Amino acid sequence: MTAETIVTPSAARRARILGGFDASLLVLSAAAVLLVLLIGLPVGWLFYYALTDRTGAPTLANFVALASDPALREPMLTTLTLCFCVAIAAPAVASPLAWLVARTDLPARRTIRALMTASFVTPPFLGAIAWEILAAPNSGILNQLWRGLTGSPDPLLDIYSLPGLVFVISCYTAPFAFVLVSNALDRIPADLEDAAGILGAGRWRTVLTITVPLVVPAILAGALIAFLQAMTLFGSPAILALPAGFHTITTKIFALFQFPPKPQLAAAAALPLLVVTVVLLMVQSRLLGRRGYTVVSGKSGDPRLIRLGAFRIPALLLVLAILALPLFLPYTALLKAAISTYPGAPFVPEAMTLKHLRFVFLEFSQTQKAFWNTVVLALSTATLGTLLALFISYLTARRAIPGSKTLEFLATAPVAIPGIVLGVGLFLAYARPPLALYGTLWILLLAFLTIELPAAFQQLRSSFRAVHPELEEASRILGAGRLKTLARITAPLLKSGVVAAWCFVFIGVVRELSAAIMLFTSDTKVLSVVIYDLNESGDLGAIAVLGTAMLLITFAVVGFANWITGVGSGVRLRGG
Amino acid sequence: MKIRLRNLLLGLGAMLALAAPAAAQPAPTTITPALIEAAKKEGKVVWYTAVDVKVAEQLAKAFEAKFPGVKVQVERSGAERVFQRIGQEYASNIAAVDVVDSSDAAHFVYWKREGWLQPVVPEDVAKHYAPAYKDPGGLFAAWRINLSVIAYNTQQVKPEEAPKSFADLLDPKWAGKIVKAHPGYSGTILTSTFQISRDIGWSFFEKLAQQRIMQVQSSVDPPNKVASGERAVMADGNEYNVALLKAQKAPIELVYPAEGTPLVIGPAGVMKRAPNQNAAKLFYTWLFTVEGQQYLIDIGSLRSAHPGIKVPAGQKPLSEIKLMKDDAEAVDKQAEEIKARYTRLFKT
Repeated sequence: MTAETIVTPSAARRARILGGFDASLLVLSAAAVLLVLLIGLPVGWLFYYALTDRTGAPTLANFVALASDPALREPMLTTLTLCFCVAIAAPAVASPLAWLVARTDLPARRTIRALMTASFVTPPFLGAIAWEILAAPNSGILNQLWRGLTGSPDPLLDIYSLPGLVFVISCYTAPFAFVLVSNALDRIPADLEDAAGILGAGRWRTVLTITVPLVVPAILAGALIAFLQAMTLFGSPAILALPAGFHTITTKIFALFQFPPKPQLAAAAALPLLVVTVVLLMVQSRLLGRRGYTVVSGKSGDPRLIRLGAFRIPALLLVLAILALPLFLPYTALLKAAISTYPGAPFVPEAMTLKHLRFVFLEFSQTQKAFWNTVVLALSTATLGTLLALFISYLTARRAIPGSKTLEFLATAPVAIPGIVLGVGLFLAYARPPLALYGTLWILLLAFLTIELPAAFQQLRSSFRAVHPELEEASRILGAGRLKTLARITAPLLKSGVVAAWCFVFIGVVRELSAAIMLFTSDTKVLSVVIYDLNESGDLGAIAVLGTAMLLITFAVVGFANWITGVGSGVRLRGG
Repeated sequence: MKIRLRNLLLGLGAMLALAAPAAAQPAPTTITPALIEAAKKEGKVVWYTAVDVKVAEQLAKAFEAKFPGVKVQVERSGAERVFQRIGQEYASNIAAVDVVDSSDAAHFVYWKREGWLQPVVPEDVAKHYAPAYKDPGGLFAAWRINLSVIAYNTQQVKPEEAPKSFADLLDPKWAGKIVKAHPGYSGTILTSTFQISRDIGWSFFEKLAQQRIMQVQSSVDPPNKVASGERAVMADGNEYNVALLKAQKAPIELVYPAEGTPLVIGPAGVMKRAPNQNAAKLFYTWLFTVEGQQYLIDIGSLRSAHPGIKVPAGQKPLSEIKLMKDDAEAVDKQAEEIKARYTRLFKT
């Protein structure tokens, strides 16, 4: 979207030289075909279904129903409200947090980053279940404490409400904004801030005039991601909105697939989401398009940390209080549920049990298979997705071939498609010969690749952008070939971005529920679906055990990926 | 069930006569060493079920202990989702399910019409089950009987103040204190919604929708929400889950509503395209033996149509409860309308 800014004279020259390259057309078509298969096919089905009736005849009746039936219109308005609230709340909390962690001498910064990763790893549906235990109006632990303390008959919090849903979704989308903003802060070179200091600006003035403007794009990107997450999430609304008595657009789409399924209406209900997303992406591009953000160039200095002085400890307490919301409180609640005989049992020895542990690991026949499927899918999607994203972001960031704008759009487009709709599209596309993939892990792999591609692509594209082509050009001028330059100059500079993208995708797959719920079969169940099924019948103990195990595994894999590549000691998610 | 079967016999009489050899009650299946051997060769049976997941897994373990070498793969979700899933899979030519049960007997009417079931008559069904509890063509039989009851939290509600009937639930004092499950996800609730609307009328649901109820999905869940104290009363939900929670000393007590208790007959059957034919027959036959049924009662606190089963202490015999009448044919015809009407009323 800000690709124009890259067009320096040297880039244009390079594009001209490569324009005559025979292979480039081939490469472009191969990438385009792949992306069209991944994205175009399901979206095509979406349009087809939205514009036809049950017999396949073209019609606009689905959209008429959408506009006239309050049962369809209300979820749409609810979803929009939800999205705007989350888009404001998530970056508003995450940005100051990111600044504290990246640019100040706050104690335990590394631990805080790792904890932020842990809240990122927590699937939003698991967070929603945990917050049910905490803040259900009557049985919620926090509400019981509140009643005990104040004697008030009314609950303090009601998680079964639109504000409750906004809160839970914000908790688990804030980490996206946090990662984006803190990475942007990491990238700002000291030279700029030093320059401000030399020109007489004070510490805080420098923050306001230099640092903040440079991270505005990251904050906006964070708001955008939060908006899109809130729009496309299925699990949290399914858990919290139904008891509250309302629908969001994703739960409505899921309900439209209850027997007898109404895919035409579901497809029509999904299209406005696509339109909203495209408009938002265009607005973002318009806002940011004029500026260039290439900050890592041949010369760079480490960012300088700001001393908080007397505010160090209060700041730390504030950060920990914020982290309690997505992390400490929910996991305490889950651990309690894991050893309670029944939901809401008093916390006394007689009401404690190991039966849920025994059930999950010894009796429940789904456990082993679900873990296996989840890990296999997450590993393969992360690896394939990162490679694909690397390839596309190279082509687009360096404008190595003509038509890269189209590629860029295709690789970003899936953010606009709710997983549940994509699941439907993929089901329609791949449930029949010649590519009868439904019932195999392949269809889930395709779904996850498509869903996660934008995240990996955005991550890597920004990494590429931050590396100025002048470094590559220097290498080329000194006689190295394109490949050697890639291997010796570009790849090392991108390493942390690549690892971050890989981890993003891995975590994304483990969190994914909405497409999986449409595409799973008995042999291809993943953990998120198993947890969703258990939640349907309110088996909190088993959910708590499975959810905690899932967090530990994800954390171990992400930690290992960072450690083996030497990107960070300890678990860290960060980009180039 | 009785009405339905009478209709079936009348309506399908001609068809039965035409297709006599195929549709006649097949020879009973017994558990023979040959069947066990053949099942072992297949190694597993895939069971799509709507019963509580812990009950299902324990039954599976009991079966595996009795027939080592034959694994049971339990696939549990709400009956309406099981139904949707099988439809989705069969439409894509995926035959994964061997044995299926549902808390919505209308599903078996549908599957029978589609020709997806195969006739298997376990020995016990042939010998002991009353005609009301089995399909004349041998395609399915009543595997479990469940009731959808009212229940209340004993810490929040005194017994004398507890609702005694569906009508009592409309008292303004229960506003914001009721939890109920959803007919779009639960077969039990679809069935009970049908029976209540038939016997009491939709006006009951229209008024109940004004009580600011908490809506959950499966009929397994309302008892949990009452036990945890999240809501004081449940308007519907499984009798057996209330019993299981009571056994764990959770503060919950059940009420058989004065107007009659919705009766939910949960049939089971074997799919025609079952990938593990012999294991399916073995498992299905075992499910209906005294042993299999007694497990269901002892582990699951459910009820059985097998006359040889001992009613556990503390369980009120069905004969002493005023029951609503089961009518799977009507549910099959009205399911879509019931769900749509319910959604309009409760906005979920």
